Amino acid sequence: MPKREDIKKVLVIGSGPIIIGQAAEFDYAGTQACRALKEEGVEVVLINSNPATIMTDKDIADKVYIEPLTVPVVKHLIEVEKPDSILPTLGGQNALNIAMALADEGFLKAHDVETIGTNTDTIKLAEDRLEFKNLMERIHEPVAASVVVNHVDDALEFAAEIGYPVVVRPAYTLGGTGGGIAHNEKELHDICSNGLRLSRVSQCLIERCIAGWKEIEYEVMRDSHGNCITVCNMENLDPVGVHTGDSIVVAPSQTLGDKEYQMLRSSALNIITALNIKGGCNVQFALDPDSFEYIVIEVNPRVSRSSALASKATGYPIAKLAAKIALGYTLDEIVNAVTGKTYASYEPTLDYIVCKIPKWPFDKFVGASRELGTQMKATGEVMSICNNFEGALMKAIRSLEQNVYDLHLKEIDCLDHDQLRKKLKDVDDHRIFAIAEALRKGISEEEIHDITKIDIWFIDKIKHLVEVENRIKSEPLTPELLKTAKRLEFPDLVIAQYTGKTTEEIHQMRKDNNIVAAFKTVDTCAAEFDASTPYYYSVYGGYNEVDPQDKKKKIMVLGSGPIRIGQGIEFDYCSVHCVWALKEAGYDTIIVNNNPETVSTDFDIADRLYFEPLTAEDVESIVDIEKPDGAIVQFGGQTAIKLTKALMEMGVQILGTSADNVDAAEDRERFDEILEKCHIARPRGSTVFTTEEAIQVANEIGYPVLVRPSYVLGGAGMEIALNDGDIKKFMKIVNRQYQEHPILIDKYLAGKEVEVDAVCDEDGILIPGVMEHVERAGVHSGDSISVYPTQKLKPEIKEVIADYTARLAKALHVIGLINIQFIVYEDQVYVIEVNPRSSRTIPYISKVTDIPVVDVATHVIMGKSIKEQGYEYGLQPEKETIAIKMPIFSFEKITGAEISLGPEMKSTGEVLGISKDFDEAIYKAFMGAGVNLPKRKNIICTIKDSSKEEFLPIAKQYYMFGYDLYATQGTYNFLKAHGVPVHIVNRIDAKSNTLFDLMLTDTVDLVIDIPTRNNNLKDGFMIRRFAVEAGIPIYTSLDTAQALINCLEKRHSGDVSLIDITKLK
Amino acid sequence: MKAYLILEDGHVFEGEHFGAEKEVVSEFVFNTSMTGYLEVLTDPSYAGQSVVMTYPLIGNYGVCLEDQESRKPYVEGFVVNELARLGSNFRKNLDLEEYLLQHDIPGIQGIDTRYLTKLIRTDGCMNGMITTKHYDSLDEVMERIKSFKVTGVVEQTTCDKPYTISDGDLKVALYDFGAKNNIGKELANRGCAVTIYPAFTKASVILNENYDGIMLSNGPGDPEECEDIIHEMQILARSGKPIFAICLGHQLMALAHGFKTEKMVYGHHGANHPVKDLNTNTVYISTQNHNFVVVEDQIDSSIAKPWFKNVNDGTIEGLEYINENIRTVQFHPEACAGPLDTGFLFDEFIEMMGGHPNA
Repeated sequence: MPKREDIKKVLVIGSGPIIIGQAAEFDYAGTQACRALKEEGVEVVLINSNPATIMTDKDIADKVYIEPLTVPVVKHLIEVEKPDSILPTLGGQNALNIAMALADEGFLKAHDVETIGTNTDTIKLAEDRLEFKNLMERIHEPVAASVVVNHVDDALEFAAEIGYPVVVRPAYTLGGTGGGIAHNEKELHDICSNGLRLSRVSQCLIERCIAGWKEIEYEVMRDSHGNCITVCNMENLDPVGVHTGDSIVVAPSQTLGDKEYQMLRSSALNIITALNIKGGCNVQFALDPDSFEYIVIEVNPRVSRSSALASKATGYPIAKLAAKIALGYTLDEIVNAVTGKTYASYEPTLDYIVCKIPKWPFDKFVGASRELGTQMKATGEVMSICNNFEGALMKAIRSLEQNVYDLHLKEIDCLDHDQLRKKLKDVDDHRIFAIAEALRKGISEEEIHDITKIDIWFIDKIKHLVEVENRIKSEPLTPELLKTAKRLEFPDLVIAQYTGKTTEEIHQMRKDNNIVAAFKTVDTCAAEFDASTPYYYSVYGGYNEVDPQDKKKKIMVLGSGPIRIGQGIEFDYCSVHCVWALKEAGYDTIIVNNNPETVSTDFDIADRLYFEPLTAEDVESIVDIEKPDGAIVQFGGQTAIKLTKALMEMGVQILGTSADNVDAAEDRERFDEILEKCHIARPRGSTVFTTEEAIQVANEIGYPVLVRPSYVLGGAGMEIALNDGDIKKFMKIVNRQYQEHPILIDKYLAGKEVEVDAVCDEDGILIPGVMEHVERAGVHSGDSISVYPTQKLKPEIKEVIADYTARLAKALHVIGLINIQFIVYEDQVYVIEVNPRSSRTIPYISKVTDIPVVDVATHVIMGKSIKEQGYEYGLQPEKETIAIKMPIFSFEKITGAEISLGPEMKSTGEVLGISKDFDEAIYKAFMGAGVNLPKRKNIICTIKDSSKEEFLPIAKQYYMFGYDLYATQGTYNFLKAHGVPVHIVNRIDAKSNTLFDLMLTDTVDLVIDIPTRNNNLKDGFMIRRFAVEAGIPIYTSLDTAQALINCLEKRHSGDVSLIDITKLK
Repeated sequence: MKAYLILEDGHVFEGEHFGAEKEVVSEFVFNTSMTGYLEVLTDPSYAGQSVVMTYPLIGNYGVCLEDQESRKPYVEGFVVNELARLGSNFRKNLDLEEYLLQHDIPGIQGIDTRYLTKLIRTDGCMNGMITTKHYDSLDEVMERIKSFKVTGVVEQTTCDKPYTISDGDLKVALYDFGAKNNIGKELANRGCAVTIYPAFTKASVILNENYDGIMLSNGPGDPEECEDIIHEMQILARSGKPIFAICLGHQLMALAHGFKTEKMVYGHHGANHPVKDLNTNTVYISTQNHNFVVVEDQIDSSIAKPWFKNVNDGTIEGLEYINENIRTVQFHPEACAGPLDTGFLFDEFIEMMGGHPNA
């Protein structure tokens, strides 16, 4: 069936901010889909609240609205733009939910908007637990014995009937939010009541527990003619019980025979046919390891994290195909871009193994539970490709950038037999290391299997790695043994460690014996057809098939690895734009990255894509083959920056700011010299190595002080210390990991934080704009609300900032990007941090100032000055439009995480609020963050003593606006004494009228909790956790609370204004 | 122990030996299925050939004997990148290496199977040798390798005498040209009384028994070699009996009608081949294993019309005979290994015989 000609203007809904359970994969899918639609001549209107995405670039869609993703806003947008169709299956669960709401209300019909691709009836069938269950019964596909409940009592009754444990799954939530396994009545009561609250329709599914079964997924495609194919299947190493987003996953399945494989494949096709899917779909199964019994766990009638993984694992562009199918094409009409010969109605076949490991944020939340279950906790993931499983696993482990290069963890290796047996029962991110150590200590494969239920095939593979490790440790390192080790992807530095040799010696031995990596192509067809896809992975012990082109100058761009707190999607945005700018300038581009969720790892972005770990050794293998003319490291975050020295040692020219100058910015002493030379002030401080030194310095400069390790990203390990006790505590945490570099102790100044990004060439700098933070210094810049243009800075201060930026750029010889953070304290400007590289704010500032910062910087790096590119030097004139970036947190997903903000970054994503009016802009930012106030006009306040005075006017504002204030004793007394009407509410351990009771009434709009810094009071922590888990907005900074009430007061009623950023003024 | 794979074009691969210690010369083909190595090994259509698996990990779930597609493996040799250390499956009877040893099949692992596949793809199926002997000069063996020809393989793979595998209302005669077990099973599951006949059974024998339908199986080798069988097929075709044919059966029926077959460069061997039903324009994913194909422009359009075509290369994948109750397909609706998408063709065969598929 050819393309439908009646589809002319399509509204695509994006997925919004990066949160746990909904990460960069939707930017990848959305970008691919928008490009596919535009390729077909369809006008694309895009809405997505996330400014860090590539899909919100003005060349990806025709009209781009970075607006809150709420039903009223999308309605308004449809009225304004009048699209004929809406494509909701590319923006994750958020987009689906909005489209469903619009369809349910009859809004789409009333406005003549057709849902293309998978339609809303299908979405409802797949998403509504009861309807889905009924459909599965009709088509004889087994589902777990289950019941849909709206009340906890019904859940308890059902569980009593079928027996515990049971699984609780709330309907219409992200990443399984609020779900869990209940082993008894009490657990069921707790999980179920929470789940009902989180569900958009107050509905939970209670089902038979099949924990321990194999978890298998199929990615399937279907077109409007009914043609179906499976793109690939995937097997979770972790049996059912761990969310698939938190599981180690391999593709294709490894332990399924053809009978099991085809049984599940047929079931998946049967299901998408019955559902009438038109596009991509994900089907998850549980398979009994001891029979052919299987159960359909879940169907996602849209592109998903798994489909992104499947696309990268096979080379089959699922999102692009989903978009083309939505336009009416059938699979056999769409050519497979990889082979150019075959068609999309063809099932990819792999001749390699793909391994995905999640990236968890536990390093950011020291106190949080590492336990993995049905609630996803990972922020991102890495993928690796190899021709054997052991190699794929080893590559993936080192791709996680945890300073772990093999299956050893200090805290696991020290456990004895009994402790290990106990540890094996813990389902957490350390399990794979515990298995390896258990095997080392002689615990049998069978016993490990009995405890973990992980298929013995995987356990045996880990055993193989342990055996080879033991051989390396005990036998002479012959070339044969080295070959074996490299085939299993033991890195040189690990082999060196095991043998007592140096990494250089191992490296040399490899070169002497010609043991080098060969590169193979991901071609969707296992070499059956000639493919020209430039998508490569390395193996040892094979023939190299990459033929590096030498016609043009070749530039290597290092990517940013997995999405994590502090290094998110914005660095992928930068890497991709760098590649595009290089291509435009006529260079041959090579990208190296390992994140399957990103646009940068799409095979048609760079001229050649190497899907490899971002370590020196892995990159060197690529350099040996490609011999690039230069490498750019400043766009790939700390991941790429870390490789600078190694690249230089390989003889690769670093383009842009030199490594030495990067070092000058990071090295405390050198940087202090530069500041002195430039006559720029910074808060007093010093570098230390030991706790004693730290205490001495802190006392010299006076508390409060900021404690942080150097060379980190996102303020990792950064804390504000008020006394010697704090210092001792922080130094202990910081020193848990080996510190190569000193620790910085600085005077903490509670001033206004200001941030600039600038492009620098040899003649000068271009500052697209200055951003100021709403929260005072002390809250990490990534966790602060950021405002462009600045509202509260005097013009002369801005001049000083521009001047300082120019001086620093010059002194550091920056070529390309620089990011500087300042504190303005009592009208003095202090520099607190300089990063001679791209930053988190680049996509945001590029979009709101309409200056493509990365492109300009890339051209500068390649030798074209700012002026030659047609831009003026200096601070650019401010735009009329105000754009406010608001951080988004995923605290509810991380049990036990401390939510109060400080110098360590905790947010996972961001949204933008944009308007000509400041108050509307910030209101829209709050809206985008899911804060939709006022509702019930009740607020809870617990304010530390030292902030009470400052809180008073804010409290009055809330009261005057009509809020009922509830406060705990101290705050209550204070407010009452100052004439603010207030209700008392008891602390959590009281018998009645407690904070918890109040929050449970579902009438509280907001909690303002200003905690004593670093207090160990369980009370405050519990209040914050409870608010987060109850879904009540909570702010731990007075500045945020102030900003919120200000905009609530001033907001005009009615529709918010909508701004197409492609026509920004 | 070291083993060598010597190709007729002079390429020599060094690997590690597994299975039987035996020197074999054969044709080499590659198979792209990610699962189903046992079904591949025991598919009689591979007689005379050694199979290179493109999926690098083989043996992961061991051997479940009930999944064999015939009495024993028919491949000459087996080439894999990595043989599994351990097979894991609740039905496993034995590990793959043990199975190959039992059946005297040599294997070689540690081979860059992707590179080997690219050679075969580019230069076409070629002859080669698997050996554990180190030859100082290839001249010693090249003559043997080059002169090898897959021949007489239907005789080797067909059964000795007729036998019945099931009871039922519809009586079906299944010609065994080297049949995969699942063809008979699919018919039996649909209520057919299936009797299997050796490949060289005279048409008159079948016609005397008054069967409701005749099923022609898959099988190995060059179809044009089977002159005697083709002659019998002409008689069967004229009988008016409903006939359904798969793979070699499809080719023989085409030759019986005077059409031509030709050898493909490297054939279709895998479980991911899209075929389009030209009547409905629906695409199905199919299992395929053939080196020969019916030549499209030699088909007399007054006798037969293309029924299925391969979406990738446009080759003929099925024929419907216009004035005869005969339908034939090149691919494998019986799957094993591979997708079950086209199993409905057996239902249609039941209907051709006047039965009800759900009986």
